[in-house]
Amino acid sequence: MRRYLAFLWDCFRLSFVGDWRYHLWMTLLTLVALGGLHAYSHQLVHGLVTTGMTDQVSWGLYIANFTYLVGLAAAAAMLVIPVYIYRNLHLHDVVIFGELLAVSVIFMCLMFVMADLGRPDRFMHLIWRFNFPISMLTWDVIALNGYLLLNLHICGYLIYCAYCGRKPSKAFYIPFVFIAIVWAISIHTVTAFLYVGLGGRPFWNSAIIAPRFLASAFAAGPAFIILTLQMVRHFTRHRVSDDALLTLRRIMQVAMIINVFLLACEVFTEFYADTRHIASAQYLYLGLHGKNALLPWIYSAIGMSLAATALLVLPASRGLKTLNVACVLAIVGIWIEKGMGLIVPAFVPTPLGEIVEYFPTAHEIMVCLGIWAAGLLIYTILVRVSVPVLAGQITYARRWDAPGVGAEPPKTLV
Amino acid sequence: MTESQSHSEAAGPEAMSRRGFLAKGVAALAGASAVAAALSPLRDLDPDDLPTAEEFLQKHYKEMTAADRERVFERIREEVERRHGVTPHLTDPPPMDGVEFVYGLNLSRCIGCRKCVHACVKENNPSRSPEIQYIRVLEMAKGSIDVETSNHHYDPETVPKPDKYYMPVQCHQCAKPPCVKVCPVEATWQEPDGITVIDYDWCIGCRYCEAACPYWARRFNFAEPQIPEGELNPDMAYLSNRPRQKGTMEKCTFCLHRTRVGKLPACLEVCPTGSRKFGNVLDPNSDVHYILKHKRVYVFKEDVGTLPRFFYYFDERGSRYHEPIAPETPEGGA
Repeated sequence: MRRYLAFLWDCFRLSFVGDWRYHLWMTLLTLVALGGLHAYSHQLVHGLVTTGMTDQVSWGLYIANFTYLVGLAAAAAMLVIPVYIYRNLHLHDVVIFGELLAVSVIFMCLMFVMADLGRPDRFMHLIWRFNFPISMLTWDVIALNGYLLLNLHICGYLIYCAYCGRKPSKAFYIPFVFIAIVWAISIHTVTAFLYVGLGGRPFWNSAIIAPRFLASAFAAGPAFIILTLQMVRHFTRHRVSDDALLTLRRIMQVAMIINVFLLACEVFTEFYADTRHIASAQYLYLGLHGKNALLPWIYSAIGMSLAATALLVLPASRGLKTLNVACVLAIVGIWIEKGMGLIVPAFVPTPLGEIVEYFPTAHEIMVCLGIWAAGLLIYTILVRVSVPVLAGQITYARRWDAPGVGAEPPKTLV
Repeated sequence: MTESQSHSEAAGPEAMSRRGFLAKGVAALAGASAVAAALSPLRDLDPDDLPTAEEFLQKHYKEMTAADRERVFERIREEVERRHGVTPHLTDPPPMDGVEFVYGLNLSRCIGCRKCVHACVKENNPSRSPEIQYIRVLEMAKGSIDVETSNHHYDPETVPKPDKYYMPVQCHQCAKPPCVKVCPVEATWQEPDGITVIDYDWCIGCRYCEAACPYWARRFNFAEPQIPEGELNPDMAYLSNRPRQKGTMEKCTFCLHRTRVGKLPACLEVCPTGSRKFGNVLDPNSDVHYILKHKRVYVFKEDVGTLPRFFYYFDERGSRYHEPIAPETPEGGA
């Protein structure tokens, strides 16, 4: 127990130690996060009227970001699967970064859901009267929190073992790794089912949404991790081989191609049949009755997705520069597609045929940026702490057991 | 973390003593004031918005004992009195045995005057600003019943316009309500008499029900509801028209505080054309029973399969489209 407290204390201390770039980065993130908190305080006082949401378009940026981030979290599994199932050892070292990403991203998801609630003070009602298994939202609560716990356990256990200088016992984490793989698929599927299960919204009421979610997540997730790993490699002593990055590129290639294919399937089904149920799709892709706020969004999303796919397929993306461009395009393209492209159009037109467009307010955008900053803050700290610990530079023995140190302040970190 | 950094860090604990301590103090102070600044809008928080311990621990409507209920009702009465200066007559009429309410609307007769909309607002205490209305009247082009061609914001000098017909839409009180299915906390449910209600004190404001409703019948309080002085209807029930709070959902309840004690819904009473019929479908002598049995009935969005208890019907004779409607004309077929 004492050892565990020492571990937590050292982690806490470590998160404050770094060079000026680290401090600058953390300060910036903190400021943006505080900006978000400020906007959220406004929202608490005045209500969700501070957002661009209306009775017509009752979900907006918050739920869009939530949806996208669930996919990012699920993508951690994409690193785990090749390592543990196909024994691809290139990725072994980097799995932990994927899982840490999952942890911080799930925190962001929970923050986005809280931001979207009209009565966050009543969240306890979820525990006191839980409409399980009827409401898909309760499934999502279980899936997300379960996934958070699983990943916290796996990462926490591995890092703590490294801190104690002992070999992790497989029985304590391998079973959880396999559960987490299945669970990762489930979090995104369940989140898709939130939307798919609504018969009154034809735009969502389609079986292709869940597979498309997974395909796009498995492209955006590795893209994010490819970029992160290069940061880690640049700013820390942790070595990440190019082979690991290229393995991730292969995963992205397949996922992006499937994603674009599924998009084509969807567009064909909607527009070839051309029934009265495609009003939302028309609004999204063509504009409806002169209202076309989403056109620039969806066409930039599709353009970015296609460009990313093309780059990934070309051998040029074996070079890191091109690969990074493809990753950024995929991340942004899929973010738009999941947000403005999936959540908003389902509300336009309303079930009564009214067309009200959605424009996020500055408040809402500030809250979103704040949550992103908070998430990146968490992720930076997690990576910052885990790199030296996993490398064996910070261990309990080196920090607290050294002979002759006794009650003196602990030796310096790093 | 670079080499130079580790050296300077490694200079030893003594080296950083006073200056380091001061720097840390300043940093902590700056951090604390930044957090305080970020939270500053909370100063404007209405103390009423903060749940008291009693409100925080209040049980779900269905779990309350009679004593719990009386305590909660007393609190609501005090709150209404304090905020609106009116002593409310707060009741909780139970559903009646052997009653299943349904509502029929005569599309041949409705003239789109929106009197129902305003009577509903007067009766049910929704926010006037931002404006919340449970009934939306659609101006439809003759020759189509597709709501996507409808006009929600028609505003002519006089209604009806000869080339239009009018279709009011409100909560359809479905027998298979998707809104109830999706609620994560069971804050909304269907009562034995077929009315879907909301416990406003239990709703967490996720708006999943609003996304699920195929009839766009639910309304959310995006801001603190405002009702001008003197406009509050003091006859209210816990599950229907008592004042709502910011951040919660509301909807038509077939005026259950009226209909469960033998009165008619406010929207029906005000209708100048007799287009609205309400009653117990299980009673073979009721209007609605007769209409369902004998008239041409249209169920809006029957394909979504939610089995609405609200339906539209047409007159074979006496439609406003064939005969002028004089005020003293007796009601058509029904």
